[in-house]
Amino acid sequence: MHARHFTSAALARGARRSLAIALGLAPFGLVVGVLAAGKGLSLVETGLMSGLVFAGASQILALDLWTHPVPILTVTFAAFAVNLRMALMGPALAAWLEKLSGWRLWGNLFLLVDHGFALAIAEGRKGERDGGFLFGVGLVLWVAWLACSLLGHVLGTVLRPPRGHPLFFAALAAFVSLLVPLWRGRHDALPWLAAAGVALPVARLAPHGAWHVVAAALAGGLVGAWRERRQGRA
Amino acid sequence: MIETANLLGILGMALATLACRAGGYFLFRALRPSPFLRAMLGYVPGALFIGYVVPALAAGGLKEWLGAAATLVAMRLSGNVAVGIAAGTAAAWAVWLVR
Repeated sequence: MHARHFTSAALARGARRSLAIALGLAPFGLVVGVLAAGKGLSLVETGLMSGLVFAGASQILALDLWTHPVPILTVTFAAFAVNLRMALMGPALAAWLEKLSGWRLWGNLFLLVDHGFALAIAEGRKGERDGGFLFGVGLVLWVAWLACSLLGHVLGTVLRPPRGHPLFFAALAAFVSLLVPLWRGRHDALPWLAAAGVALPVARLAPHGAWHVVAAALAGGLVGAWRERRQGRA
Repeated sequence: MIETANLLGILGMALATLACRAGGYFLFRALRPSPFLRAMLGYVPGALFIGYVVPALAAGGLKEWLGAAATLVAMRLSGNVAVGIAAGTAAAWAVWLVR
């Protein structure tokens, strides 16, 4: 019954397409492992965190706040604040998700992550709608994320790249690359400007968490939709 | 190998994150969004990544700016994310070595 909405051919296609992004995320995963080792988390705990949470920015923030004993509510809220942006991704992928159920739906929701989301949106505009593609992308990123954070934990004591090391730029470079296929044309300019204009002051006022990302997504969305409605009336 | 408090912290993070991932989608399905909300969601992905990139670049320096410029140029020319990431990281590394 899921034959057309979730195919293994699309799963393989998604897995292949996400390999490059997985490589770009590798330094980010290594950093998480190094940080976890530095905070005294065991290899098993590091693997559990990366496997179950699977959201880099929130893991880095939580590890920054990690003490012994760990403030459980604080790290839980940190994860919520940083990952609230993901609540906007599921609805944007509704066309992919609404025909799925069971593990195919929940698997895709669990594996939802920024880079995979951006890739899916870009491919979706070219006509891709197969839930298997989404799952293949997420699965490769999840395996790579787990492997890299475990490797980072092992290397943690040996290899300690300093905070400003250019290797860390790879994670930002991955986001910058993904902006190119997300650009649809001139009608994106005003929403993107609004997003930047809102993100900058919010990032300054609330540097912890990812409120600036949520605020930018809402501002860009509102400006775009508001202009479409005005043009529709005119 | 696993401390109880650490395990609880990790599980708390995992549940909060899953609530974000799944909650938005199920809320959206239950509310049956208006055309305005649907139009809005079309603009969300690009704006969301702008929200990431712009403050990070504003907080960075020459290394980040040249790295981002190299990423964009390589990405426009190749259309390949791996090439974009490699070019940007190489450019950032070059700036880091020179300074």
